[in-house]
Amino acid sequence: MKQEMLRDVERVVLTLDVNGERTELLVPVHKTLLEVLREDMGLTGTKHGCELGECGTCTVLVDGKPELSCLLLPIQLEHRAITTVEGLASGSELHPLQQAFAELGAAQCGYCTPGILLSAKSLLETNARPSRDEIREALAGNLCRCTGYTKILEAIELAAGRMA
Amino acid sequence: MTFDVVGKPLQRVDAVTKVTGRAIYADDMLPARTLHCRILRSPHPHARIVSIDTSAARRLPGVLAIITGADLPIKFGILPVTQDERALEHEKVRYVGDPIAAIAATEEEIAAAACDAISVEYEILDPVMSIEEALEAPKDERIQDYGGPHNIHKLVALEFGDVEGGFARADHVREDIFFFQGNTHLPMEQHSAIATYVDGRVTLWSSTQVVHYVHRALSKVLELPMNRIRVIGAAHGGGFGGKTDPFAHEIIVSKLAMLTGRPVKCTLTREEVFYAHRGRHPVLMWVRTGVTREGLITAMHFRTALDGGAYGSYGVASTFYTGALQTVTYDIPAYRFEGCRVFTNKPPCGPKRGHGTPQPRFALELHLEKISHDLGIDPVDLKRRNFVKPMTRTVNWLRVTSCGLDECTEKVMSASGYARRSRRPGHGMGFAISSYLSGAGTAIYWNDMPHSEVQVKVDRGGVTAYCGAMDIGQGSDSVLATIVAEELGLQPADVRLVTADTDTTPIDLGSYSSRVTFMAGNAAIEAARKMRALLVEAVAAKQGCEVSAIRVGGGRIGDASFEQASELAETRFGGLTTTGSYTPPKIAGPFKGSGVGPSPAYSYSACVVDLDADARTGLVQVNKIWIAHDVGRAINPLLVQGQVEGSVYMGLGEALMEEQAFRKGLHKWPSMLDYKSPTFLDMPEVETFIVETVDPEGPYGAKEAGQGPLLPVPPAVCAAIYDALGVWIDEVPATPEKIVEALRRKTKGEPARFGPARFPTVPYPPTIKVEPPPKNLDHASASSI
Repeated sequence: MKQEMLRDVERVVLTLDVNGERTELLVPVHKTLLEVLREDMGLTGTKHGCELGECGTCTVLVDGKPELSCLLLPIQLEHRAITTVEGLASGSELHPLQQAFAELGAAQCGYCTPGILLSAKSLLETNARPSRDEIREALAGNLCRCTGYTKILEAIELAAGRMA
Repeated sequence: MTFDVVGKPLQRVDAVTKVTGRAIYADDMLPARTLHCRILRSPHPHARIVSIDTSAARRLPGVLAIITGADLPIKFGILPVTQDERALEHEKVRYVGDPIAAIAATEEEIAAAACDAISVEYEILDPVMSIEEALEAPKDERIQDYGGPHNIHKLVALEFGDVEGGFARADHVREDIFFFQGNTHLPMEQHSAIATYVDGRVTLWSSTQVVHYVHRALSKVLELPMNRIRVIGAAHGGGFGGKTDPFAHEIIVSKLAMLTGRPVKCTLTREEVFYAHRGRHPVLMWVRTGVTREGLITAMHFRTALDGGAYGSYGVASTFYTGALQTVTYDIPAYRFEGCRVFTNKPPCGPKRGHGTPQPRFALELHLEKISHDLGIDPVDLKRRNFVKPMTRTVNWLRVTSCGLDECTEKVMSASGYARRSRRPGHGMGFAISSYLSGAGTAIYWNDMPHSEVQVKVDRGGVTAYCGAMDIGQGSDSVLATIVAEELGLQPADVRLVTADTDTTPIDLGSYSSRVTFMAGNAAIEAARKMRALLVEAVAAKQGCEVSAIRVGGGRIGDASFEQASELAETRFGGLTTTGSYTPPKIAGPFKGSGVGPSPAYSYSACVVDLDADARTGLVQVNKIWIAHDVGRAINPLLVQGQVEGSVYMGLGEALMEEQAFRKGLHKWPSMLDYKSPTFLDMPEVETFIVETVDPEGPYGAKEAGQGPLLPVPPAVCAAIYDALGVWIDEVPATPEKIVEALRRKTKGEPARFGPARFPTVPYPPTIKVEPPPKNLDHASASSI
C-alpha cells in the first residue's frame, strides 16, 4: 500500500547549483525550494516563518536576486545560481555583512537573520552605498520581531562602508 | 566598582552561530526515521464532541499512529489553580483551533491527508465572543465548568488604605474608560517540537521559553517520573511570552514517540501559531482618580475586565497584574482594584511582553494626561509630582528599591525638546512612563526552592557554566558568560555554556517576567565567586602569600595564568565544581493575591513620541521616539539597547496596528500578511538612553531590560495624537478609522474621543480591605544592603 502511494508522487531528477556546488537530486516535483534545501540537502540555515510568501524569512538569492524559497519549485531553477546563508562566508571568514550583524547585535533570536543577510547582500551588489531609506525599501519584505530593525540598519551601513 | 567585561558592548556569544545559519532550531532537526505529526483542530468555536471516527485515517498507508483525547486524558495548565487543558479534547471544543486528534505518519502530506480522513460529529453550542456576553447567562452552557457565575473565570477586589477618605479629600475627581485590544506575539519561528523515546526515556527538543514547566507538564500527563523525561530548549526563534505555557503539541509528539518508538516532530503552521496564541488580553478598563489642586493623587479606583479566551493559561496572574503595578510609578496613598477575567470561545490569552501591565499602563497614563488638562497643569509636571521615591513601599505592599524615573524623564525631555515643541498643524508629541518587574518574586507553583541555579566547572583550564536558563534571543547566554568571565578574569568567549537542558543543567524557571538576568545572574555571581576563591587560594598557597594579595584579571590569577591556576586548584582540591543559586526575598504582603506584583526590583522607563497625524485620512507617521530605561546596570549595553529598541518596536505595533480580532468565532486574520505588524518602512528612528541606578539586589546592580520599555509607547502615541489633532483615542490600536471617527465627532460637537462608551456591570465580590504596610517595614534590610 505504501509503495502505491509513493508511486503516485511524481519525482524528478534535477541538478541544482547551490552556493557554487552542483548537486544532483531526486525529489518530488511539488516540493518547494525551501523544503528541498532544508530536507534533502541539509541546508537548514534557510528558515521559514509562514511558507506563504508573507514574511521574507526564507529569502535566498537566485542569480543574485532575492527570492522567497517557499514559493519556488526547484524544477524552475536548474542552471540558476542559488545562494543560501551557508554560502555567504568565504571559508572561515565571515562576509562583511555577517561580521557587522555579529558586532552590532543585529541578530537577536537570529531566525530572520539569514533571509535579511541575503536581501542586504543583493542590495549592496546593486547599490554599494545605499541611503537608510533605500535600505528600508529593499528590506521591507523581511519581517523581524526582535530588533525593531534599528541595529540591522546600522549593521548594513557598517558593512557597506567596509566593503566600499 | 570597576569591571573588565561587564558594561562593555561585546558581541553576543552566539552571534557567529546565528549569522552563519548554524544555530539549530527545533524544526531544523530531522533524525533518521522521523515521523511527521499533524493535529486535527476544531472548526467550531464552541461544540460538544459526539463522536470521533479515525478508522478511515488509520487505513491510510504511511499512518503509524493516531491519538485522541482518550489517549491523553489528564489535564494540565501552567498555573496549579487552572489545570483545565487537555493535549487533545474528546468531550468539548472551546475555540476554533482547539486540538482534537493527532497523527504520526511517514510524510507530512500523509499526516495531513489522515487529518482530513477523520470524521468528527459535533453538537454545536452557542459561542460566547465578548466580555459583555460572558457576563450574561450562557444560552447553551458555560465554556468551562469552574470559576464565577456565567462565564466569569476570576474575580478580584482589593482595597489598600482609605480610598473613600482619599476621594473626599480630592479637589478634583475624574473617571475614564479605556480599551486595549488583544494582540499576539507573532514570533518569526513557528512553535516546533521533536521527541524521541529510547530505553524508556522521553527526550523532547522544543521551541519553548520554559523547559522546566514543560518538564513538569509532560511528567503529569504522560504519567512518567521527571527522571524519565528530558526537555531541551533548542535554539529559539522568538517568544515574547508566546512560548511560556506547556503546549499540546509538546505533549502530543512525546506520546506519539512513546507509541511508535520513532522520533516524532510537529511544527505548527503559521495559522496554528495564531490559535496557540496566549497573547495580550483584550482589557476593558475604568479608572477614577482623585487629585488635589496641585495634581497630587489622593485616591484611585481601578476596574478591569479581561477577555481571557477559552482556557485559564496565566489568566489568574494576568488579572492581578492589571491592577498591581499602577502604584509602582505613582505614589497613590489609597488604592482600590477590582478585576475580572472571563472565558470566551477564542484562543486563550496569556502573557505577552509586559504581561497584563501594558493595558492598565495605557489607561493610567492617558487618564493622568486628561486630569492634567482638567487642572491646567503640564502633564509631565503632574506626573513628576507623583513619582514614587526609591527605597519605599507602595500602598499595596510592593517594595521599591532603586528608581530612575526622574532621570529617565529628564533624559527624554531634554533630548526631545518636548517642552519647546513646534505647533504646526497635525504635529504632536506625547510623553509616558512605565515600570516592570525584574522577575516575579514568587514561583508559579508554591515552593521555597531557588528560582535559579548555576554550576561552574573548571578543569585543565577550561571553564563551563551550566544553567537551566533559556536564551530566547534576549541574550541570557551572553549574560551568563559575561558574569562568569568577569569573576574569573576571563573573556565571555572563554566560557563554555550548557543551558536549558533538564538532564544536564540545574534549574532555572525560564525566560518569562524578565527574570533571567536578575536571578540567573545572581546565581552565576555566587557560583563564579566560589570558584574564584578556590583558584585564588591555590595560587596564594603556591606563591606563599595572603589570598587578599592575589589579583584576578586579564586571564591571570596572581602570577599564574588561568590554566596554571586551574591545575594548582585541581591538584589541591580535586574536581572543581561550584554552585550558586538565587531565591527572591520574601517581600509579599499579608493578603490573598499578594503573590502577583512583588519583584526584587523594578525597572523604569520614560518615553517621548513625535508624530504627524493627517486629519483627513487619520494616518499617523511617527517621526521619532526617545526612550530612557533605568536598567540598574547594563551588563552588556549593546544587548540592553537591542532589548529596548525591540520593546519600542513591539509597543508601536500594538499602538498603531496589531490586533487579534474575531468575527463569528473565526480569527479575522490568521496570517502574517493580514495581521499587520511594523515593517522596516514603518519603524521610526529610536534614540535610547540607558540609565543606571545600580540596584542593591541586582547582579552588579542590574535590573530588567526587555519588557518595560514597551509599556510607555502606546499611551505616548495616543497622547501625541491628542497633541496633534485634539482628539482622544482611548483604545488601541489607534487606527486611522478611529482617528477619523473621533475627528468627525469633534466636528459635530460631540465628545472629541474614540473609545468604549461604558464599562459593564461586573459582579465583583466584596472588597478585601488591606492595611497599608507600616512605614519602616524595610528599614532594617534597606540599611544592610
